[in-house]
Amino acid sequence: MDLKLSSHTPTTAEIEAIDTVMGVADSSWYGADRAADDHHLARSGQLRDQRHRLLPVLHAVNDRVGWISRGAINHIATRLDVAPAEIYGVATFYGLFSTTERSTRQVHVCIDLACRIAGATVPAGAHESPCLGLCERAPAVLLIEAGDQPRHSVLAPATPVQVRSLLDGGTAPTESPADAATPQVTGDRDSLVLLRRVGLVDPTSLHSYRSQGGYAALRRAIEMGPAGVIREMLDSGIMGRGGAAFPAGRKWDAVARQPARPHYIVCNADESEPGTFKDRVIMEGDPFALVESMTIAAYATGCERGWIYLRGEYPRARQRLIGAIEQATAHGLLGDDVMGAGFSFHLEVFLGAGAYICGEETAIFNSIEGFRGEPRNKPPYPVEVGLFGKPTVVNNVETLVNVLPIVLGGGQAYAQTGTSGSTGTKLFCVSGAVARPGVFELEFGATLRQVIDAAGGMRAGSELHSVLLGGAAGSFAVPTELDVPLTFEDLRAANLSLGSGVVMVLDQHVDLAAFVHRIAAFFADESCGQCVPCRVGTVRQQEVLARLDRDGPGAVADRDLLADIGAVLRDASICGFGHSAHGAIESAITKLGVFS
Amino acid sequence: MVGLATVFGAGGGTSSYAEIEDTDVIVLWGSNAREAHPIFFHHVLKGVRNGAKLFVVDPRRSASAQWADLWLGNHVGTDIALSHTIAREIIHAGLANSAFIERATTGFEEYRAAVEEWTLDRGAAVTGVPAEAIREIAHAYAKADRGQLCWTLGITEHHNGVDNVLSLINLALLCGHVGRHGAGLNPLRGQNNVQGGGDMGAIPNRLAGFQDILDPEVRQRFGSAWGVTIQDHYGWHLTQMFQAMERGDLHAVYVIGENPAQSEADKEHAVHLLAGLDHLVVQDIFLTKTAELADVVLPGSASWCESEGTVTNSERRVQRCRKALDPPEGARDDIQIILEICRRLGHEWGYGSDPLEVAERVWNEVRSLSPMHAGMSYARLEALQGIQWPCPHEDSLEPSYLHGRLWADDPADRGRLAPFSPVADDPPVEATSDEFPLRLTTGRRLDSYNTGVQSGGFDSPLRWGETIDVSPEDALRLGLADGEWVQVSSPRGTVNAPVRIDRMLRPGLVFMTFHFPEQVDTNVLTIDATDPKSGTAEFKAAAVRIDKLPDEPAGVPPIESIGEVAGAAAGG
Repeated sequence: MDLKLSSHTPTTAEIEAIDTVMGVADSSWYGADRAADDHHLARSGQLRDQRHRLLPVLHAVNDRVGWISRGAINHIATRLDVAPAEIYGVATFYGLFSTTERSTRQVHVCIDLACRIAGATVPAGAHESPCLGLCERAPAVLLIEAGDQPRHSVLAPATPVQVRSLLDGGTAPTESPADAATPQVTGDRDSLVLLRRVGLVDPTSLHSYRSQGGYAALRRAIEMGPAGVIREMLDSGIMGRGGAAFPAGRKWDAVARQPARPHYIVCNADESEPGTFKDRVIMEGDPFALVESMTIAAYATGCERGWIYLRGEYPRARQRLIGAIEQATAHGLLGDDVMGAGFSFHLEVFLGAGAYICGEETAIFNSIEGFRGEPRNKPPYPVEVGLFGKPTVVNNVETLVNVLPIVLGGGQAYAQTGTSGSTGTKLFCVSGAVARPGVFELEFGATLRQVIDAAGGMRAGSELHSVLLGGAAGSFAVPTELDVPLTFEDLRAANLSLGSGVVMVLDQHVDLAAFVHRIAAFFADESCGQCVPCRVGTVRQQEVLARLDRDGPGAVADRDLLADIGAVLRDASICGFGHSAHGAIESAITKLGVFS
Repeated sequence: MVGLATVFGAGGGTSSYAEIEDTDVIVLWGSNAREAHPIFFHHVLKGVRNGAKLFVVDPRRSASAQWADLWLGNHVGTDIALSHTIAREIIHAGLANSAFIERATTGFEEYRAAVEEWTLDRGAAVTGVPAEAIREIAHAYAKADRGQLCWTLGITEHHNGVDNVLSLINLALLCGHVGRHGAGLNPLRGQNNVQGGGDMGAIPNRLAGFQDILDPEVRQRFGSAWGVTIQDHYGWHLTQMFQAMERGDLHAVYVIGENPAQSEADKEHAVHLLAGLDHLVVQDIFLTKTAELADVVLPGSASWCESEGTVTNSERRVQRCRKALDPPEGARDDIQIILEICRRLGHEWGYGSDPLEVAERVWNEVRSLSPMHAGMSYARLEALQGIQWPCPHEDSLEPSYLHGRLWADDPADRGRLAPFSPVADDPPVEATSDEFPLRLTTGRRLDSYNTGVQSGGFDSPLRWGETIDVSPEDALRLGLADGEWVQVSSPRGTVNAPVRIDRMLRPGLVFMTFHFPEQVDTNVLTIDATDPKSGTAEFKAAAVRIDKLPDEPAGVPPIESIGEVAGAAAGG
């Protein structure tokens, strides 16, 4: 296209960073020195379909120099044939990118719910970050060191002294192993299905994975054929674990039947719901399970390409998944002829860049395609018109890894576990005032009390005040609700929601008003701004809460206004983000009596 | 128009806009439609989005070329060389459409012989375009199920503009890319109604409906309707009129809606001739430079908002144009002015006085004399939101493309077959030399229109005034800086202009517009060598030199946007 660029030019480091993704430019029209042929020839059509490389290119620059300058944007525009204003729009959408100059060393301190309870403080020079998904060892810090060899590391729990040391140039100590987040694995593994291998296998070794039964499910799936796999999925009754609880088998069946080609599969690993960290533990502790599951899903639904959309704040998960994909590819378990069975499946990790909304299934598509991660209107649904306009399977990590027991044991056997409306086992992310925070796997039907008991009960000196169930998009449960079975159907009846499996336990010390303020601030910060009800509503909600806090319980008009805002958010927003932006706050007011 | 009329008997683009969106290969040749025909370019982009490959042939890597799958930057004035090379490659690769050639064309053997010497190597040497790229466009165009060839002034504003057009038509004939849905030949028109002006007979050789004035039947029909005898020879086109002024054969001129004092090549000469007339009448909505020379100025109304009538766009679609505003005091509708002049000359034409009534009566007269407009009643134009010609009958519509007849199975239905034109390569009249080493080509920008009379009155963030655009290499060699005023000279004259460094140009090629004649009078530099067949001047090829000024002219403010825009060019 005819780009209109400003006069800013890129630095050598920026050009090199962009080249790592795009390859070295072969024409002066796209960044190389001017050669004689360039006077008479240019091929721009080759750039027409390159926009999906925008986010990887922005990551490359951000990782190399720490921020994205106007000169870098101009050069990216030249290489991708995308207008600089568009690139700026995308770069400013994502929290991990900066378009203003900053240090190559960025310390992101989590200020979200679990870390807030754990007393997180943000020293000068550090960035405030929404939930980093390390809630079991709060408070958490993410360190990004940009440079020739960029390094991403996490530190949790992080003391104020340690945070300051990171700011001053220190490095994070080695992370504790992934299975430290799954206290159950030290006990009887027989009750575990999804967590069975965590801590048992070497997550960096395909051979270790295979020695623990890895890739038996893929072989079984190939024996069954695609239709057989889908039949088992339908029989299993498995509901999606990402929060919307849609029957996964029906989704697969719908994509498999779409005549439009190609089909794509996307794993939603943008685990950003405050208080959620289960997918991280799977990806870090048993990454091959996800790769194998996606391969089976792709086989069943006719997808030749897949993406794992991973949030940018999970450095270890990224490293493990990339390693797993490399090894699987090297052993013919990914690529052009998977397991010698004649089908092709190419899988890659696509890195998010700090945007909660990109966990929305259609926002992921926009993000991968190189646009701002704004959700799309539905219908059409992803099974018909998804990534790059093609039929697309989108499943959460936890949903996908359930494919292995379903294929190996059969859908009907799987349906015997759990309840009739909620089959299988569920991963719960237990954090807060319990003795042993972490990810716990229990059969559907377990009560909240049983989950807390599994986590060792309340921490010494703590008394149960309430439980935030489902994360910021969930709602509060009170002690009288401890015996509600944690199934989709029972929680719906109790006007609660399971969401992504967050069980954040609050004790008598919690500053509930501040906690609720943070939830409101989270929604205001993370709204993508696309639709007015959400863009404006989340800010107004935050303002009203501030007034209620200041003026005390007498402000009846403000409480009515808050209820109105909540109704508009729920009724008029485009996506689930706006729909759920008021739920937890409403439950805090009605059930916990905050601000009254 | 002359080229298309010669080959097909009708001087219009053969395809509709919608067909550009529904084709496989689009070639823009000598057209920067992105800036000069932005609405048409939207259709091109839709076509590209639908999967068409876009090729742009242009000496500059223009805004349009930047959208292309492949840009071929030929040397100015080598269009016939390039098209012949493409043709030879198509023929030798066995890709010529033999069925169409046999069925619908004449003169193929002569054409084949004429292009035979144009090997890829020779074509590459003459045009500057790498042989591989020529081969690529040849194969893509020939193999396409549907191909579109579109051109503009980059083809026609040459001393051999008609031959250039004919050489492009040859390619379409060679591949059978005409007379089918999605395949066609399209000259893009510069004004919303330039097609309509020609269709209505505002050209020296045709009567309304593009009917040849040399045809006795046509003359008789018009003559009896109007009660006059129509002359049996062609009139003068604009260039010939100026030649007649120079000879002293033309003494009085009535100019309607043109500004020749600023738009003619070698304009100082044009002004001199206009000033020397016995009588000059100018009818315009602005007091143009030409109007300033006039003995009588007749203020017209703005056709697009103050008049009733029709306009015809590039896809031959006649559309109703409605009056929305009363013209300012003293200004009148063009028809009213003409009727009033006639009345005072003793002819009461009797079209009435109500503007709508007058317009419809004039239109119905067109319909009664022009078969291709006969089926277009005002009611039908309104109901169908415009109708493409030809439309001979009130109860039917023709296909959206022209010349489908050429594909007819029955030879009787094919009409006159389309002749190949073995035209010869003919470089620009003015070669570059040691004294004038740079090739100046001229063109348009998005937000200005011709001499700026109509567009200069509004602000645009993209307008930076006139510049002499030079390649970074030439700027370096001549020691020129962005925004620096320099002296530009051709064998005809000299102007001063600020430099704009533009990497979309190659060494040796410089570019100017003629949008800002008050600031920089570009047409002082251009050559008035004209095509004898069309009367169009060779605006696209002059030889110039650039000299640094001892001191920049005082009081000329730096052009603020130059840095940004030139940086744009340098970015990456």
